[in-house]
Amino acid sequence: MQISGAVAPAPPSSGLGYGPPTSLASASGSFPNSGLYGSYPQGQASPLSQAQGHPGIQTPQRSAPSQASGFTPPASGGPRLPSMTGPLLPGQSFGGPSVSQPNHVSSPPPQALPPGTQMTGPLGPLPPMHSPQQPGYQPQQNGSFGPARGPQPNYGSPYPAAPTFGSQSGPQPLPPKRLDPDAIPSPQLSELPPQQKTRHRIDPDAIPSPIQVIEDDRNNRGTEPFVTGVRGQVPPLVTTNFLVKDQGNASPRYIRCTSYNIPCTSDMAKQAQVPLAAVIKPLASLPPEEASPYVVDHGESGPLRCNRCKAYMCPFMQFIEGGRRFQCCFCSCINDVPPQYFQHLDHTGKRVDAYDRPELSLGSYEFLATVDYCKNNKFPSPPAFIFMIDVSYNAIRTGLVRLLCEELKSLLDFLPREGGAEESAIRVGFVTYNKVLHFYNVKSSLAQPQMMVVSDVADMFVPLLDGFLVNVNESRAVITSLLDQIPEMFADTRETETVFVPVIQAGMEALKAAECAGKLFLFHTSLPIAEAPGKLKNRDDRKLINTDKEKTLFQPQTGAYQTLAKECVAQGCCVDLFLFPNQYVDVATLSVVPQLTGGSVYKYACFQVENDQERFLSDLRRDVQKVVGFDAVMRVRTSTGIRAVDFFGAFYMSNTTDVELAGLDGDKTVTVEFKHDDRLNEESGALLQCALLYTSCAGQRRLRIHNLALNCCTQLADLYRNCETDTLINYMAKFAYRGVLNSPVKAVRDTLITQCAQILACYRKNCASPSSAGQLILPECMKLLPVYLNCVLKSDVLQPGAEITTDDRAYVRQLVTSMDVAETNVFFYPRLLPLTKSPIESTTEPPAVRASEERLSNGDMYLLENGLNLFLWVGASVQQGVVQSLFSVSSFSQITSGLSVLPVLDNPLSKKVRGLIDSLRAQRSRYMKLIVVKQEDKLEMLFKHFLVEDKSLSGGASYVDFLCHMHKEIRQLLS
Amino acid sequence: MATYLEFIQQNEERDGVRFSWNVWPSSRLEATRMVVPLACLLTPLKERPDLPPVQYEPVLCSRPTCKAVLNPLCQVDYRAKLWACNFCFQRNQFPPAYGGISEVNQPAELMPQFSTIEYMIQRGAQSPLIFLYVVDTCLEEDDLQALKESLQMSLSLLPPDALVGLITFGRMVQVHELSCEGISKSYVFRGTKDLTAKQIQDMLGLTKPAMPMQQARPVQPQEHPFASTRFLQPVHKIDMNLTDLLGELQRDPWPVTQGKRPLRSTGVALSIAVGLLEGTFPNTGARIMLFTGGPPTQGPGMVVGDELKIPIRSWHDIEKDNARFMKKATKHYEMLANRTAANGHCIDIYACALDQTGLLEMKCCANLTGGYMVMGDSFNTSLFKQTFQRIFTKDFNGDFRMAFGATLDVKTSRELKIAGAIGPCVSLNVKGPCVSENELGVGGTSQWKICGLDPTSTLGIYFEVVNQHNAPIPQGGRGAIQFVTHYQHSSTQRRIRVTTIARNWADVQSQLRHIEAAFDQEAAAVLMARLGVFRAESEEGPDVLRWLDRQLIRLCQKFGQYNKEDPTSFRLSDSFSLYPQFMFHLRRSPFLQVFNNSPDESSYYRHHFARQDLTQSLIMIQPILYSYSFHGPPEPVLLDSSSILADRILLMDTFFQIVIYLGETIAQWRKAGYQDMPEYENFKHLLQAPLDDAQEILQARFPMPRYINTEHGGSQARFLLSKVNPSQTHNNLYAWGQETGAPILTDDVSLQVFMDHLKKLAVSSAC
Repeated sequence: MQISGAVAPAPPSSGLGYGPPTSLASASGSFPNSGLYGSYPQGQASPLSQAQGHPGIQTPQRSAPSQASGFTPPASGGPRLPSMTGPLLPGQSFGGPSVSQPNHVSSPPPQALPPGTQMTGPLGPLPPMHSPQQPGYQPQQNGSFGPARGPQPNYGSPYPAAPTFGSQSGPQPLPPKRLDPDAIPSPQLSELPPQQKTRHRIDPDAIPSPIQVIEDDRNNRGTEPFVTGVRGQVPPLVTTNFLVKDQGNASPRYIRCTSYNIPCTSDMAKQAQVPLAAVIKPLASLPPEEASPYVVDHGESGPLRCNRCKAYMCPFMQFIEGGRRFQCCFCSCINDVPPQYFQHLDHTGKRVDAYDRPELSLGSYEFLATVDYCKNNKFPSPPAFIFMIDVSYNAIRTGLVRLLCEELKSLLDFLPREGGAEESAIRVGFVTYNKVLHFYNVKSSLAQPQMMVVSDVADMFVPLLDGFLVNVNESRAVITSLLDQIPEMFADTRETETVFVPVIQAGMEALKAAECAGKLFLFHTSLPIAEAPGKLKNRDDRKLINTDKEKTLFQPQTGAYQTLAKECVAQGCCVDLFLFPNQYVDVATLSVVPQLTGGSVYKYACFQVENDQERFLSDLRRDVQKVVGFDAVMRVRTSTGIRAVDFFGAFYMSNTTDVELAGLDGDKTVTVEFKHDDRLNEESGALLQCALLYTSCAGQRRLRIHNLALNCCTQLADLYRNCETDTLINYMAKFAYRGVLNSPVKAVRDTLITQCAQILACYRKNCASPSSAGQLILPECMKLLPVYLNCVLKSDVLQPGAEITTDDRAYVRQLVTSMDVAETNVFFYPRLLPLTKSPIESTTEPPAVRASEERLSNGDMYLLENGLNLFLWVGASVQQGVVQSLFSVSSFSQITSGLSVLPVLDNPLSKKVRGLIDSLRAQRSRYMKLIVVKQEDKLEMLFKHFLVEDKSLSGGASYVDFLCHMHKEIRQLLS
Repeated sequence: MATYLEFIQQNEERDGVRFSWNVWPSSRLEATRMVVPLACLLTPLKERPDLPPVQYEPVLCSRPTCKAVLNPLCQVDYRAKLWACNFCFQRNQFPPAYGGISEVNQPAELMPQFSTIEYMIQRGAQSPLIFLYVVDTCLEEDDLQALKESLQMSLSLLPPDALVGLITFGRMVQVHELSCEGISKSYVFRGTKDLTAKQIQDMLGLTKPAMPMQQARPVQPQEHPFASTRFLQPVHKIDMNLTDLLGELQRDPWPVTQGKRPLRSTGVALSIAVGLLEGTFPNTGARIMLFTGGPPTQGPGMVVGDELKIPIRSWHDIEKDNARFMKKATKHYEMLANRTAANGHCIDIYACALDQTGLLEMKCCANLTGGYMVMGDSFNTSLFKQTFQRIFTKDFNGDFRMAFGATLDVKTSRELKIAGAIGPCVSLNVKGPCVSENELGVGGTSQWKICGLDPTSTLGIYFEVVNQHNAPIPQGGRGAIQFVTHYQHSSTQRRIRVTTIARNWADVQSQLRHIEAAFDQEAAAVLMARLGVFRAESEEGPDVLRWLDRQLIRLCQKFGQYNKEDPTSFRLSDSFSLYPQFMFHLRRSPFLQVFNNSPDESSYYRHHFARQDLTQSLIMIQPILYSYSFHGPPEPVLLDSSSILADRILLMDTFFQIVIYLGETIAQWRKAGYQDMPEYENFKHLLQAPLDDAQEILQARFPMPRYINTEHGGSQARFLLSKVNPSQTHNNLYAWGQETGAPILTDDVSLQVFMDHLKKLAVSSAC
C-alpha cells in the first residue's frame, strides 16, 4: 500500500480478508450486530434499515445517524465501516434511505453522515480490529491493490442478496488466494530510465488481476439466483453464470448500468466523471430456465400509459385514491385509472391484483400493440427476407455462390417462427447482382423461375410484385430449381464489377411494394466500382494513420449510404451484410447501412470454401434463424432529474429521443448515456423505462417494456461502491469508437485516459483515506479499470498495428458499437485457457490465466478467445503424447501451423479439447474460426497481439506500464 | 390517238403514276394560274407481275449532282458508246459491260416499254427481316388471350430466318431475352423514365462486343452474323420458345385501384424498342409492331393521367388548349419517329380499345416511318385478327408485300422543280438544283425516306414549273421526271426501281383545250385533298375548308364556261365535271371534319388517306354506294339520300366501313322470315348478294374495314346517313314530295346547294 517503490511481495495469504459468513447472516437481519457486521465484513446495513430492524439500538434518524451507530461493535466484525450499507431486508426497500451496496472494502462514511462526522480511523492502513482470521494481513481496505485482495468485494462480494433468501447458508468461503502486494511502484519510477526501471520492476502478480476478479465473482455469486426486487443492486459480473428472478426490475441480461447508485446532483456527477450509462439489450435471449417476458393484452384501448409523459404502466406506478388514480413514477402526473383497469388496493396501497399482472409485478413484459402503434394505422404484414447474392466473377470463383445456394435450400426451413407456429410467416425473395440486378419470380404456379434483369441501376425499382416474395413451402419446387440454376447460370461470368447501393435500394423498394418490413441478406465480394449511385473508389491510405485525417478512414466516402439507410429505416428494412473481400472493400462505407438499420456485418477476408465454409455457414444459419424484431422504435424514459442524452449502437435516430431500428435481434445492444437535468431524490431513486415497439417475426406488433430502479446518493462513495467496470468499459469503448469518426485518434485516447484518471482521482480525493501521495488507491469495484482501459486504448481501432487493415479497423469499430457487456469484456480482455493444467476428466472450463506471455508455459497448450478469434497455442515442449492424441502427428514439428480443424480422434484429450472449443463457440454470437499457433512460429505474432497485458508491437503499453502512467496522471490531478 | 383516259390508265398501270395534268403548262406564270398544281400520285412499288427485275446495276449519269439513271429517253450514240443524260445533258460513256450494244441490241433500260424498270443489286450483306413485337399487357384477359394467339399465329407466317423480338409493357417495360433456356430472362425498365439510346444499349448490354452470358455457349462458326443479340433471334430457332413465352404472358400484375387506369408505359416501351434496333440493326429493314389496348398513362409520351375521372382529350379540349399532355407526348413520339426513320425502321401501331388510345399523339410514328396504323375495338375481333394476318400476305412471287428502308430520289428536267411530297415519308434533306423553294407538303429536298412501304403505298409529289414565260419551250418539247426508288425487298435483296416519265409542254394561250382535256380530275382531287389534309394537321379546320373552296372557285373560274354574273350559264367540260362533287364530299369527309370523330379517329383516317392509292383514296373521299333490288342487277347509285329506298338493299363502301343497309320494306320482310320460305328463295338471294359482295371487299382490303350490317331505323344506319348527300332533310322534306329517299336530319348543305353557290361565286366578278 505504501508506495515505496520497491516490490512488496506480500506473502500470499491463504485466508480471506474477511471472515467467513456465519450462519447468523439470517435473512431477517435480526441480528444486525453479528449478522451484518460480523459475518459480512463489507455488508453493512444502512443505519436506517438497521434502525428499522432494531429500533432499540439506535436512533433511526436518517438525516444524521450517529457515528455510534456505525460503530456499534460488531461481534466478530472487522474494522469495517458502517457505511457499507447492508442489503435491504425484504419489505424495506422503499421506505428507507437509499441503500448502498457493500461493494467497497474500505468505505467512506455512511452516506447519510455529514462529512464532518466522518470517521478517520478505519481508513488508515492499520487494521486495528481486523478479524483474527487474517493474521498478518495488511488491511489496506481500499481494496484495490491492497491487501484486501480477498473477496474482491466489488464483484460479487459474498453477501449477495443473502438476506432475501434467508435460508441459505451464505456465501461459500472464498478459496485461498495469493495476496497481492500492497505496494505499488511510485509513478516517478515508471518514468525513470530503463536501468532504474528494471531495478524496480513491479511484480505483475501484485496488480489487480481480471482473472482473479472473475473467478471470485463466479464463486461468490454464481450459485444464487439474482433476484431483481431490490432497488440499486449490482448484478453479478457478466462472466458469471447466474439465474435471474424478475421481481420488478429488468434482468441484467436486458439492462446493465455503469452505476447502480446515481449521484443526486449533477455537480457530484461532474466531479466524479463516472459516466452514467445503461447498456440495454431489449431482445436479449434468455437461458431456458428463465421465462421470456409475458405478453399482456390490454385489448382495444391499448397499453395503459401516463397521460403526460406517456410512460407505460409499470410496477413503480403508485396507485392512489383507493385505486381510482395512479401517479406516474416518472413525471408525477396523476392519471385516472380507466374503469376496465380498476382494482382495489390492499392495506399497503398495493393493488390486489398486482401479482396477477405482469406489468405491475415484473421488470420486463410485453404489451400487444393496437393499431395506433402501427405504421399507416394498419396492422403489419409478416416480414420478408430477401437474399441478395453477388454473382460477379469473384463470388463465383471462390465457390461462394454454389455453397450459399446449396445451403439456402435447407436453411429456408429454419426461418424464425414465433411461439409454436408450424411454419414461419416470413416470406422470402431472391436477387442476384453484379453490375445489374436480377430479380426472380418464384411464384408457386410457375414451372420455372423467371429472371428479370434491371440494369437501370441509377434509378432502381422493383420490376415485379407478385411472385417475388413467396412462402417457402408453397414455392419450394421453384425455389429449389432457382437455387440449382443460379450457380450454373453465372458459371462463366466475366463480370467483375459490382454495385451496392442499388441492391439495397431494390430490396427496400421490394419491401415497400409489399408493404412489409424485413431483412436483406447481402452477400457481397468487392468494392462497388461500377457506375451507379454509391460508387466507391479505393481510398485506403495507411499514411493517414496517426494524422488528423485518420478519421476519414472511418467515415463513409459518400453521403449516399446514409440517405439510403434513412430510407431503409423508414421502411423497416434491416440489412445484414456478409462480406467476402479479397482486398480493400471500404467496410467503413459499406457498413453504414447495416449499422444504421440495426443489421450485422460479417466479414470473411480471402474467403475460400475449404477453409471458411464452416464459419460462414454457421454464422449464416445463426443469422437467418435468430429471432428479430422489425421496424422497431425504442424510447428510454427516466424519472425526473435525469435524461437520456446519448445513444450508441446500430440504429438510426431522426430526433433526440427515439431510437429507430429497422431490425433488432437478440445480440444487438444499445448503450444509453444519462445526464442530470435536475436534482434526484435519494428516497425515490431513479427509474428507467425502456419501451421497444416492434413487429415480431409473425408480424405481430408489440411493445416490450423493461423497467429498472436505481438508487441515488449524496455521497460519492456510494457511487464508487456501486459501479460496474465492465459496463463502464462498454460505454467508454463505444464512446471512443464513435469519437474516432470526428477527432484524431490520439485525442480520443487522451480523452479516455484523462477521464479515467479523473474518475480515480476523484475517488482518491473524496473517498479514500489520506495516505501517502505515492500510493495508488483504486476503488474496489473499479480496480480493473486501468487494465481494461489499457486494452481499449491498444485495441486495433485506437492503436492499429502494422498488420491491421483499414477494413479490419472499420469492421471492428462497427462491431463494438452494438456489443453487449459480455462481448466487450471478452473482446478487450481475451480469455486464455490452459488445456492440460486441469485434470482431464474435469468437465468444467479450466480456470483462465492472465493474458500475458509470461503466463504461458511452453509445456502446455492454451486456447485463446475474444469472441471473434480462437487460437490454440501449442508450447514447444508439449509432451509428445499430448501432441499425438490431439493432432495425430508424432511431434511438435509436424503440427501444421495455421491448422483450423482438429482431427477427430477418439481419446479423452482430443474429445475434451474439441468439446471445449465447441462450448466456447456456442457462447459467442459469431463462429470463431480456430487457428493453431505453434510457439516460435510466424503465426505467433498474430496470437501475441491478443496477449493484452503485454506491451504490444504497435506501441501499446503493458499493463504494468500503463498502471504507472495512470498513477502519474492521478497524482498530477491531485496535486 | 387514244383518249386521255386510256392514256392515263395505261400510264398508271405501267408506271404507277397519275399526274394531275398530263400536258404541262410551259411557264411558271401559267402553271400557277391553273390552280391545281402540277403533281402526281406515285405508287413506287406498284405490283408489276410482268416486270421481272434485271440482274444488274443501273448505269448512272456521271455528273455528281445528277446521277440520273440511263433510261429510254436518253439519246444514245451507239457508235461512240455514249449516252446523253436527258436531265443534265451530260454525255456519258457506257460502262465496259455495255460494249456490245447497238440499235438492235439494246439493254432493257433503253426500251420504251421499260419506262419503269427494276434492278437487283447483288452486293452488300443481306440482312434478315426483323419483327419486334411490343405488346401491352394491361389488357382484359380475353383481349390478351386473343392477342397472344394472334402473335403466336404470326410466328408461323414469318419467314423462318426473320429475326423476332419481344418487348412487353405495362407499368414496367420488359425486354425478353429469347436465346436462353431454362430460366426465362427479361430486362426490365421503369416505365416512367425516358432513356437515351445509349443508356438503353448499355443497360441491355449491347455496347460490349461480347456479353459474359453469351460466352457461356461456344460460338458456332456458321452462326448467323446477326444473331449476336439475345433479344432478336431467328424465328426458326426460337419459335417454340417464343410460343411458350407468349403463352405464359400474364396481365400486368400491378394492382389497379378502383377509378384508375392501368399504368401503361407505351412511350418508354417504344423508346426502348427503337433504341434496341438502333443499336443492333441500323439501316436494316425492321418493323416495330406496337400492340396497345389503351392510352399511355405514365412516363414520357403519356397521353392521359391514370385518374379515370379525367377523360382523355377530345377535339374540344384541344381547341380550348386543355390537353395538357398532348404537346409533350407528341414531341416524344415525333422524336422517336424521326430516330426510327433515320434508322430505316418502321413502327406499326395496332390499337384496340373502345376508348381512344392516343393515336393522335402517336400518329407520327406510323406516318413518318411508313408503318401501319390499325384501330379496332378489341383484339378479340376479326377486324384485328384478319387485318393483322393480312400484313403477312404474299404476292404472286411468294414474297411478302412489304419493303423496307426505301429512298425515293426524284429528278426533273430543268423546267421543273420539286416542291414536296405528301405520304408516309420523311425528308432526307437533299438539296439540289431541282428543289424548289416553295414547299408543298414535305419539301426542300429531292429525296425522301420511306421506311416501310407496300405495293399500294402512294405518295403525292408536287412540282413547280419554273420555266419563265419569256423563254418558250420549243414545240414538241417534253418535260421529264425520273423516280429512283432504292429499297430492301422482302426477300432481303436491295433493289432499285426506276421510273422515267415524260409529258408534253403546251402553251396555255394557244393550247388551253389540250391542257384541259389532259386534266386528270381524279388524281387532282386526291392530290388537292392530300394538300388539304396536310394543311389540316397544322391549321384550323375552317381555314383549310376556306382554302379548298377558294381553289375550287378559282378552278371553276379558270376552266368553266359562263357568262359573267349568270350562274345558270355555268358549264364545266367533261374532264372537270366530277371535280366539284369530289370537293363537296371531301369537305364533309372525316379527313377535314372533326365533328363526330375523336382525335384518334381523325388521325387514323388521315393516316390511311395519306398513303392509299388513287382508287382507294377516291373511295375515302366519296364512298361508293350500290343498290340491290328485284328490279335488276346491283347498280351503283348516287351517294344521295334519294337513293335510300324502302325496297332496296344498299351496300356502301367508305373504305373504313362496309355498310349493308336494308330498306324499310326489305327489313320487314326479313323480320317476317320470308328468306326462310322456299317459295321466296329469290328474296334470300337478294339478301345474300350484298353480303357476298361485301365479303369480297373485306377480303381484299387492308386494313380490314368495319363491317356493318344494318337496316332502316337501325342505330348503325347512321354510318350511311352521315355519308350520303343530304338532298332531303327535315328542312325540305315536304317540298320534295314523298316519292323517294329518306330525309336526313342535318343542317349540312346538300350538293345541290353547294353547286348553286359555287356557280354563283364562279361567275361573280367580285372575287
